[in-house]
Amino acid sequence: MAVTNVVLAGLGGQGVVKASDLLSTTAFSSGLQVKKSEVHGMSQRGGSVTTDVRFGKQVLSPMVPMGEADFLMVFESSQVDINLGWLRPGGVLITPDLIPEGELKNRKSLNVALLGAASMVMDFSEQEWVAAIHHCFPPKLHAVNEHAFALGRKLGAELSRPEVIEGV
Amino acid sequence: MASTERLLLSGNEAVALASLHAGVRLGTGYPGTPSTEILEAFSLIGGPAQWSPNEKVALEVALGVSFAGGRTLVTMKHVGVNVAADPLFTAAYIDLTGGLVLISADDPGMASSQNEQDNRHYARAAIVPMLEPSDSQEAYDFTLAAFELSERWRVPVILRMTTRICHAKTEVIPGEPRPSDMEPHFERDIPGRVMIPAYARPAHHKVRAKMEEIARWNEESGLNRIYPGDKSLGIIASGISVMHAREAAPDATVLALGLTWPLPMQMITDFVNSVDRCIVIEEGDHLLYEALTVAGLRVEGKPEMYRFSELNVSRVRRIIAGDVSPEAPRPRGKPPELCQGCSHREVFEALSRLDCIVSGDIGCYTLGVLPPFEAMDTCVCMGAAIGVGLGLRHVLPEAEARRVVSVIGDSTFVHSGLTGIAEMVYNPPPTGHVVLIVDNSTTAMTGRQEHPGTGRSLNHEPTNRMDFVAVCKAMGVKNVEVVDPQKDEAKFEEVLKDMMARDELSVLIAERPCILAAPLIRKLEKAEEEKRCAGSCAAAPVE
Repeated sequence: MAVTNVVLAGLGGQGVVKASDLLSTTAFSSGLQVKKSEVHGMSQRGGSVTTDVRFGKQVLSPMVPMGEADFLMVFESSQVDINLGWLRPGGVLITPDLIPEGELKNRKSLNVALLGAASMVMDFSEQEWVAAIHHCFPPKLHAVNEHAFALGRKLGAELSRPEVIEGV
Repeated sequence: MASTERLLLSGNEAVALASLHAGVRLGTGYPGTPSTEILEAFSLIGGPAQWSPNEKVALEVALGVSFAGGRTLVTMKHVGVNVAADPLFTAAYIDLTGGLVLISADDPGMASSQNEQDNRHYARAAIVPMLEPSDSQEAYDFTLAAFELSERWRVPVILRMTTRICHAKTEVIPGEPRPSDMEPHFERDIPGRVMIPAYARPAHHKVRAKMEEIARWNEESGLNRIYPGDKSLGIIASGISVMHAREAAPDATVLALGLTWPLPMQMITDFVNSVDRCIVIEEGDHLLYEALTVAGLRVEGKPEMYRFSELNVSRVRRIIAGDVSPEAPRPRGKPPELCQGCSHREVFEALSRLDCIVSGDIGCYTLGVLPPFEAMDTCVCMGAAIGVGLGLRHVLPEAEARRVVSVIGDSTFVHSGLTGIAEMVYNPPPTGHVVLIVDNSTTAMTGRQEHPGTGRSLNHEPTNRMDFVAVCKAMGVKNVEVVDPQKDEAKFEEVLKDMMARDELSVLIAERPCILAAPLIRKLEKAEEEKRCAGSCAAAPVE
């Protein structure tokens, strides 16, 4: 029962939830079962935000257990340390350092750029991702997000896949 | 809708879709995390939906719809049910006509709430059936089942969800629409609907009898299911706990309860007897454990420490293992704060400078309690700012009484601030009082919903607007002023200081649109203006 666990973390207003929608849509349209969980309301007023995305053949709980994330994507440098506990040994950490300042036309699309990087070590095709971008954003935002996604793929080319560690 | 269509929906969206398929005539409610998106999603897909000023009114409107023979959905967060409890408890005695489903969206762990009450208690206390879905598919299926149950036994039905059901997206394969074939019409039923003691006494017996019938029906309702597994460990769970338990103990036999009140006791007894060890996994209070223990069943509950906050897979593993060692603290992130540019900032800076004793309320502005402001001294429930402020004024020594200010948001003021104003006018403290309405033209915290003070309905269409100044004056408040705390910061502080110095009753309205809502408000106002202009131009006589 192999389930892939992804935790996305950042601050309210950074598009953490949007990124998790994009990832869930991609995984769901590829035919997998997906569960995605987040909290709304007061926690989103500029404070720390995390969302959990899980996909596989069968997913039960919508929440990633602590220490079991295959991927931890953090959108704000100050949030890396406090969220490291989610990552399992051998899991992949993706941080905003991957996308140098000035590389993005609009820093607001950092969320999509980091997903572009992550896409290099996930099992979905580029077409599936782009279709999800079209599904999740209004037409006038397609170009800027496709650009951010492509940049992320370029900068994420060196990432390695999560390691399989026996007994974990 | 094709029955093979796979959708990825939140629990809230699934309830909205099911309500559309159930042919709901009117959805009502009051915004509250994690319930808010249900009515918004219902409206987006074409369902008739409206915000009420509060949950009590929402449920009363829904009762009227039911009496008229229409199906109706009422949505609210867990604490909202407290507000709606008065009509709810008597609605249970009444023979309803159209199906009435009340959504209680609980917030264990308090992601955005002032308490983590467990609303499963309400089913028992109000004598109403309760369904608890464990994912979005069940949220869809159970909503439809709830309408049918409500119509068959003529009772209100509560669908209890929690944050991880409401705000988790999971797969839904919707079915064909199953609307009721009843057409709205009025049929007089005085003993069934007029709850004077003479009619309410037999009605109490009747609802108890209905519940006994539903309990028997529940044995074979198909709403509870067994996931077969090893007989050495049996788990009984409901709601999201079903998912945590199945993941934490993949080999166990699991009884997942869907219609959790009234309980299918025979089914549960047979299940308990079929396994070597049986443990109840429930989030919140020990309700199910207590009910089964009272019935003489040999089941284990959870250690007291797991009553607090929400459950997850790790905690369920610990419960099964009987682990009561201290849990590792969750990562503490950056706390939320008032947005940069939010006009509540200027308000709380002024309150802080004037050394006010602030009786606060529920909304974004509750964040005024955190640094750098630390300018809030009490926060209890919706509307409490005014009553609590008055109580402080009545009893504190004069110098301190004068520092007391009640701070309440615009949506909260409509929700339950008006009765506070009536109290203030009726029983004025010797030093008078100051109520500060922080009016940002929206229900900001829950995601910018309209309310009676905005002059726009749920789907942002123009409607009548409640005028706060006129209302306060008409109710008998002597001084009522409106100031933009950002544009006229100095004037705002001056007016507040002046009001605090008088022995009179004052309402100060700090009016400035929420910085997140402002662009939409401008767009809507422009569109309304253009529409008005087009209308008046068209009506002008052609020379």
